[in-house]
Amino acid sequence: MEKIFGRSKGLTDVPFSFCPGCTHGIIMRLIAEVLEELDIIEDTIGVSPVGCAGFSQDFFSCDFVGAAHGRAQAVGTGIKRSLPDKIVFTYQGDGDIAAIGTQHAIHTAARGEKITSIMVNNAIFGMTGGQMAPTTLEGMKTSTSPYGRNIGTNGYPIDLPKLVANLEGAVYVASVSVDSPKNINQAKKAIKKAFQVQQAGLGFAFVSVLSTCPTNWGLTPSDSMKWLRENMMPVYELGELKVAEEVKSL
Amino acid sequence: MSDGKGGFVMPKVNVLDKFCKSCELCIEVCPKKILAVGDKANAKGYFTIVCTDEEKCIGCKICATVCPDVAIEIYK
Amino acid sequence: MEKVLMKGNEIIGEAAIRSGCKLFFGYPITPSTEVIEYLSAQFPKVGGTVVQAEDEIGAINMCYGAACTGNRVMTASSSPGVSLKQEGLSYSAAVGLPMVVVNVNRCGPGLGGLGPAQSDYFQSTKGGGHGDYRLIVLAPSKAQELYDYTMEAFDLADKYRNPVLILSDGFLGQTMEPVVLKERPEAPAFDRSWVVDGAKGREKRVLASYSLTNEIGEANNLKWEAKYKHIQEQEQRWEEFHTEDAEYLLVSYGTTGRICKSTVLNARAKGIKLGLIRPITLWPYPEKAFIPYKEKVKGIVTVELNTGQMIEDVKLAVECKVPVHLYRRQGGMLPTEDEILDFVENKFNLSAVEEV
Repeated sequence: MEKIFGRSKGLTDVPFSFCPGCTHGIIMRLIAEVLEELDIIEDTIGVSPVGCAGFSQDFFSCDFVGAAHGRAQAVGTGIKRSLPDKIVFTYQGDGDIAAIGTQHAIHTAARGEKITSIMVNNAIFGMTGGQMAPTTLEGMKTSTSPYGRNIGTNGYPIDLPKLVANLEGAVYVASVSVDSPKNINQAKKAIKKAFQVQQAGLGFAFVSVLSTCPTNWGLTPSDSMKWLRENMMPVYELGELKVAEEVKSL
Repeated sequence: MSDGKGGFVMPKVNVLDKFCKSCELCIEVCPKKILAVGDKANAKGYFTIVCTDEEKCIGCKICATVCPDVAIEIYK
Repeated sequence: MEKVLMKGNEIIGEAAIRSGCKLFFGYPITPSTEVIEYLSAQFPKVGGTVVQAEDEIGAINMCYGAACTGNRVMTASSSPGVSLKQEGLSYSAAVGLPMVVVNVNRCGPGLGGLGPAQSDYFQSTKGGGHGDYRLIVLAPSKAQELYDYTMEAFDLADKYRNPVLILSDGFLGQTMEPVVLKERPEAPAFDRSWVVDGAKGREKRVLASYSLTNEIGEANNLKWEAKYKHIQEQEQRWEEFHTEDAEYLLVSYGTTGRICKSTVLNARAKGIKLGLIRPITLWPYPEKAFIPYKEKVKGIVTVELNTGQMIEDVKLAVECKVPVHLYRRQGGMLPTEDEILDFVENKFNLSAVEEV
């Protein structure tokens, strides 16, 4: 018998430390498979943030650097400018990249930095126990918006991929989801393209992935998937938001 | 399905107990409804997923696709 | 050897180039800006890279990333900008990253002004950011030292896997002076077994500072403590000026250290046995310099451009066996050599003695 599905060489043998049903693990699998398929595991340096995504440094089999909260893209810039022939990616939560790290999110894209950034958007601060994030939806209850996010006092959620897509240096921007087998396969295609863009040296590539946080949402893994579909997808439009001309021919 | 030797082999789903957290997402998506929570706990205390009827597995990989812990292997 | 007339900040840039540094990440701020300007003009000629970052936080974290790859890297800023770098410096120290950071100290607190100051002494020498760490701090007092110490800084950073801070000021940075552009011998080969550059034919490496358990945390702290103790033992540097027979000592570094040399000469001309200890490393503080004098001299004056910061280290170094006084100017003002001498004479009643 032949193994037709198993753990990618891009992953270590360390079990994920995430809560049961957390979709971080799906996204990590997709990235690991892309690294293996493109045969770049040994050429890749990942940058992990602070938050649940920070554990990624233990789970990928490539070299990793742990950044301060929000700084992963600046750290990734430093690595890439020092070693332009290597592949550099950041793996960040929405709290990390769209709140404390927003200045780097904007300027890394504006500079057209030749790195790949993956944002995991679960609309909440997971590691610290479910506080309001820049991506928290209107009316959504969190521990710091216990009566629901009030637009009047807390403002509107940020759709970072749309913001980034406006910047010239970002040549590939996609918004995907991992709520269903079909969308998971779509997500992998986008992630793969984001790495191919870097291999071709075309500019900054950004993939936002809608993800769940069953523990802090207070839902079962299965209901979390449903909640994502019904509540997040209408707010955060899925699809390839930007494919620059030079990327189309990839 | 041919095994290349004139016989037939059935696809097989293999749950890696070390990784499984029994989140049950695979149970829901399995088109043949042959995955269930087992009665043995792993080292972390999760009652890991088992295949209740291996003969019915069609090797569609959907369970493995949604597994957030990369705990499922498929053989064909 | 080439002798040229250059501005202090540009000298630092030239020294970086000649130290084999090819990466600079910075953000403009007066009075440090000529460092990034100089390198923006010169680096492209030698295959170097300058990134003008979104802010100082971006710049220091770019340094962090580049340093992880084992290549030499530098950033430069001035006081308010260096405050923004503190988070990144704490992380860099925790991971053990070699890098050279320049602070062209201007006066503060807050936005302050552009004049020279030494008000960042505490920030520079006591850690600066969160957690228990130290930067190696070098304090040049003239053009040639800006050049020599910058080169030295890269070697020290590599040797100890620690950020090294060059504490300059607005006066040193903006003054044009002659400097000999000495070629430095090839830097010794440093251990690169920790560098992150792609796990080709080896185990993966992770450079990160998160300690998952308290036991790991303490083990890390003990490791860094041992390194800092070793540096304290090995790397204390200072200059002595007319100290052999001194009855009174000035202690001062950087720009005021330089002014104090004139004070010492003027005092000697008047028959006052005044000497100077000029710390070159501010961390590790050169406490060894004080051993021969702490039982011997009658009094010490620290001359500082702040409210009295280094004076604490001097008092510790002499174990309070000698009276230690402070003469200071602030807010960008510099003292003249005679103002310092007047203070010394008044403080120790020396003019009265002379008149008798």
